[in-house]
Amino acid sequence: MKMLAYGFITGILFGFLLQKGRVLRYDKQLGALRLIDMTIVKFMLTSIMVGMVGIYLLKDLGIIELSVKAAILGAVIPGGLIFGIGWGFLGYCPGTSVGALGEGRWDALWGVFGMLAGAGLYAEAYPFMKSTLLTVGNYGKITLPQALGVSHWIVIPLFVVVCLALFRWFEKKGL
Amino acid sequence: MKPTEDRGGWSPYLAGGLTGVVAVLSVWIAGKYFGASTTFVRSTGMLEELVAPDRVVGMDYFVKEVPMIDWQWMFVLGIFFGSLIASTTSGSFLWKALPDMWEERFGPSRVKRGVVAFLGGTVAMFGARLADGCPSGHGLSGLMQLAVSGFIALACFFLGGLLIARILYGGGERP
Repeated sequence: MKMLAYGFITGILFGFLLQKGRVLRYDKQLGALRLIDMTIVKFMLTSIMVGMVGIYLLKDLGIIELSVKAAILGAVIPGGLIFGIGWGFLGYCPGTSVGALGEGRWDALWGVFGMLAGAGLYAEAYPFMKSTLLTVGNYGKITLPQALGVSHWIVIPLFVVVCLALFRWFEKKGL
Repeated sequence: MKPTEDRGGWSPYLAGGLTGVVAVLSVWIAGKYFGASTTFVRSTGMLEELVAPDRVVGMDYFVKEVPMIDWQWMFVLGIFFGSLIASTTSGSFLWKALPDMWEERFGPSRVKRGVVAFLGGTVAMFGARLADGCPSGHGLSGLMQLAVSGFIALACFFLGGLLIARILYGGGERP
């Protein structure tokens, strides 16, 4: 019960910030995919930078644990590409479709119905995937610092520098 | 004053940065990383249980992702209400059947938009489940943890999306 309340409150905060950042829009998501408006990229990369520093600090203090998804190349690569194709047509991702509905963009409702159908289709296909794609190229629950064999405090500042350079370029180009 | 969609908006850097803080607090307090697409699986499972409960019990994917209301389900519901609160309190809530960019390119047909959004959603969710995550789970949570799977997934999401945006809207020239 407590977990459900945590989930609800966290979701409200996230939805509030997504709306304030103006990322719950088809025009912003396609804007990024057409390389003409980088609002969603700015939002994502800033949250990732802040989150990355916080999470690795708390992890080093022994307060939290990571929860890394397995790098199964045979599934992540085709799955990611298929997701991207669908996303390009819909113009909302799973989280933002629900948020877009909350600010009155009700074309997102058709997307939500489609995503429920897609989840059902995958549930049908899962036994087949489990014996095929999900067994291909499994590198396990690995992080980039582990793969490179360096400290995460080397990778994190590099990531931040690349993001800041990108932001500077976006602002210069008016993207 | 008449509502407009840009009223009360914040810089995407500010909204994104605060989202990073919320994401870290969520891991600290509840031990939960952001994610959204598993909720669609659980919801479809709950809907299918209404029609064919015996069949759902025997399906591998619904054994793996049990159809139930959990932390993430409430998180996704919260996104809706957070967006509703932010938009109604700032005068940026607008009923909108068609995104501006879509309407300019594909005309005023709501049926056309509905069909494409539904099919896009179906494809997107199938891909997200194969990849084991969406832009929240792989993109935000994955990259915050420097997960190799997150970097690969996010790159593939954008590759697929860039391809479709190019097919739908042509080259990247600015409007």
